[in-house]
Amino acid sequence: MADLAFLNQGITFTVYSDNQGTERIFPFDLVPRVIPAGEWQRIEAGLVQRITALNLFLHDIYHAQTILRDKVIPRSYVEGAKHFRPEFMGFNVPRNLYIHICGTDLVRDEQGTYLVLEDNARCPSGVSYVLENRSTLKRVFPRIFEAYGVRPVEHYADELLRLLQYIAPHGKPSPTVAVLTPGIHNSAYFEHSFLARQMGVEIVEGRDLVVQDDHVFMRTTKGLQPLDVVYRRIDDDFIDPRVFRPDSLLGVPGLVGAYRAGNVSLANSIGTGVADDKVMYYFVPRMIRYYLDQDPILPNVTTYLASEPDDRKFILEHLPELVVKSANEAGGYGMLVGPHSSTAEIEKFRRLIQADPRNFIAQPTLGLSRHPCLVDGRFEGRHVDLRPYVLYGERITIIPGGLTRVALRKGSLVVNSSQGGGSKDTWVLEGEE
Amino acid sequence: MLSRVADSLFWLSRYVERAENVARIIDVNAQLMLDLSPAKAEALSRQWLPVAACLGDETAFRARSRQTDAAAVTEFLVFDRSHPNSISGSLATARENARTVREQITTEMWEQLNRTYLWLMSKGARQAYERNSYEFFQRVKKSLQLFQGITDSLMMHGEGWDFIQMGRYLERADKTSRLLDDAFFLLPSDRNRPADVLPQWLSILRSCNARQAYQRLYAAVLEPVKVAHLLLLNENFPRSVVFCVGQLDHALRRVSGVGPGRYSNLAEKLSGRLLAELSYSAIEEFWVRGMHATVDELQTRLNEIGQAMVTTYIEPTAPAASAAPAGTLAAMPQ
Repeated sequence: MADLAFLNQGITFTVYSDNQGTERIFPFDLVPRVIPAGEWQRIEAGLVQRITALNLFLHDIYHAQTILRDKVIPRSYVEGAKHFRPEFMGFNVPRNLYIHICGTDLVRDEQGTYLVLEDNARCPSGVSYVLENRSTLKRVFPRIFEAYGVRPVEHYADELLRLLQYIAPHGKPSPTVAVLTPGIHNSAYFEHSFLARQMGVEIVEGRDLVVQDDHVFMRTTKGLQPLDVVYRRIDDDFIDPRVFRPDSLLGVPGLVGAYRAGNVSLANSIGTGVADDKVMYYFVPRMIRYYLDQDPILPNVTTYLASEPDDRKFILEHLPELVVKSANEAGGYGMLVGPHSSTAEIEKFRRLIQADPRNFIAQPTLGLSRHPCLVDGRFEGRHVDLRPYVLYGERITIIPGGLTRVALRKGSLVVNSSQGGGSKDTWVLEGEE
Repeated sequence: MLSRVADSLFWLSRYVERAENVARIIDVNAQLMLDLSPAKAEALSRQWLPVAACLGDETAFRARSRQTDAAAVTEFLVFDRSHPNSISGSLATARENARTVREQITTEMWEQLNRTYLWLMSKGARQAYERNSYEFFQRVKKSLQLFQGITDSLMMHGEGWDFIQMGRYLERADKTSRLLDDAFFLLPSDRNRPADVLPQWLSILRSCNARQAYQRLYAAVLEPVKVAHLLLLNENFPRSVVFCVGQLDHALRRVSGVGPGRYSNLAEKLSGRLLAELSYSAIEEFWVRGMHATVDELQTRLNEIGQAMVTTYIEPTAPAASAAPAGTLAAMPQ
C-alpha cells in the first residue's frame, strides 16, 4: 500500500503553475475503468452518428437552412444562439468540415445506459490526460496490459496531425501546421504544448503570427514562415481583434480575413459554438432523424427548455429536484444541482431563469454511475463520466475510451477539473469478452 | 525557431549571467572592506554608491533610497524585486522567460533555475544572508554556475543554445567592461602611486574571477596596463571582452551559417568588425586613447550588436523566401 501511495503522489502532474511557482495537480486515480468491446462498439457508432449529424447541421444553418425552413428547429433558437456567426453565412469551410475535434460527455444512468450529457464542439480539452494516464499506468502495471488486451490510444497525435493536414487550404501537400495557444497562463497550456510536441509542430501565441496580404506567417529567426493550418485553442471571440472582440490580445489581427480568403484553415471552424449551446443539444436527436433518417444510438438526457412555457412551468415547480445549466457556460460554472443546493441558491436561479429563459435548460438529477477509486488507501465508489474524443478528417476516428473524469469529493456529481475532479485511465478491451 | 522562443532564451540567459555578476560584485565589495584600514572601511561602507553606479543602476537606486550605505545598496541590488537588475529581479525575469519556453529547455535546466529562484524568494535565503553574507553569495553564484553547466552539458547545442550563448556573452562583455572602467576611475592621476588603490584593484580582478589568472600570467605585481590587457584582450580568459565578443560572433555565425570574414546581416557585420578591431589592437593603443573613452565606445557598440540581433532575428518583417541566402548576397570584403 505504501508503494501505491507513493505512486499516487509521484504520478500526479501539473495542470498549471501560478506566479509563486506552486503547482496545481490534477489528481489521477490508479484504478482503471474497463469498457468491454461490445459496449464500446455501440458508443463508437453513436458518436460517429452524432458528429456526422452535427456537421451536416452546421453546414445547413450556414447555407440553405433547410432544417429551419422545415421547422424542425425553431429559427429563433439558432439565430439567437450566442455563438451563431451570421458573418459566415454562405462561407465554405475546407472539406465541408466544421467540427474536426469533438469531446462528447457521456454518463450512465441507473440502468447502465450511456447517455449524451453535452457536446463540446469548440475547444474540448483533456485528451493529454488520456495519453498521460495511459503512459503512467503502463509503467505501473505492464503485465496487466498484456494479459487483458487493452486497445491502445497512443496514435491520437498522429491521427490529429493527419486530420489537420487533410484540411489544408486547396489540399496543399505537406502543409505547415501549428497549435495556437492563449499562452502559458492558460490552464490548458500543458495540453497545448503536449500536443504540439507529440505532433512535432510549433506551438504559437497570437504575437508569433502576422498576416500579410491575407496570408498567415510565423515570425521565426529565419524570417517569416508561411502557416497553412492552425489548430486553435482560442475561442472564436478572441481569435481576431479586427473581427470579434477588439480588446483581445490573444488573437491575430487579420486571421479571419486570411481564413475567409481560403489561405489558412482553422480547426475547429469558426461558428461551431452554436452546436455547443445546451438548447441546441436538445435538438440533436431531431437532427439525427432529419439528416440521417436514423434513430439516435446514444440518447440524450431528458431535457427541459426554460424558453418553452410548459417546460418552464415544470422547471420552476421542480427546481429542488433538477439540475439547471446555463446554455453557454462550460467547466461546471453557472449551474445549479437542485438536491445539493440551499434555498437561497435555488431562488437565485429561479430569478435568473425568469429573467432570461432562453439561457437555461434543466435536466433530472441523474443517479450517475459510480466506479471504485482509491481514496486514502481504501476503495470507495465515486461518480464518473466519460469524454471520448472524436476526430473528423478524411474519416472519423475515435481513440478507444477517452477521459474518465471522477468527482473525487464524496457524493459530488461534478467531475470538472476546476471543481475538484480527477481522472482515471479508461481501458477498452480487444475482441470477444 | 520562433522568434519569441529565441528572444526568451536570449533574455533567460542574459539575466542569469547578470544575476551572477551582480552577486560577485557585491560580494567582492563587501570583502574589500575587510582589507582596508578601519577608517577607510568605515568611509567606504557609508558610501556604496559607486557599486550601484558601476552596474549602471545609480539613477534607479537614487529614486528609491536616500541612504547610500552598504546595507541600503546591498538590499537594493540583492532583494529589491521591483528593480529589474537586482539579483531577485534578474532571476524572476530569467525564470519567467524559462517558463514560456519550458519545452525548449531541458527539465534539469528548469528545475535548477526554479529551485534557485524559489530559494532566493524564501525566508531561508534572507536568514542565510543575515547570518553570513559570504556563504549566501557563494550559494547564489554556485547555483547559477550549476545552471550554466547544466545548460552546456545537457541542452542540444542547436539554434536555441546559440541564442543562450549570445545572451550570456553579450551580458558578460558588458559587465567586464564596466568593471574595467571602474578600475581606471579609481586610479589616481599620479600613476606612480598605484599602491594606494591596490586593494580596490585586487577586488576588481576578483569581481571578474581574474585574480588567479592574473597571478599565473604576470606574477603578483599589479600593473594597470596588464590588468587592462587581461580584461580586454586576453583571448583565453573567459571573461575578457575579446573572448566574449568572439563567442558572441561565433554564435551569430552558427545561426546564419555564414563563416568568419563575411556577413549576412547587421549583427554579424558589427560583431565581426568589433572582434577584428579587438584582435588586431595592442593594449597600448587603447591606453593612449584613455580607458574611459575606450570602455564607453565598447558599451555603445555592444548595445548596437544587441539591437541588430533583435532586428534580424526577433522582429523579422520579410518573408523567409526573400531573405538573403546565407553568405552569398551581402557577403563582401571589409
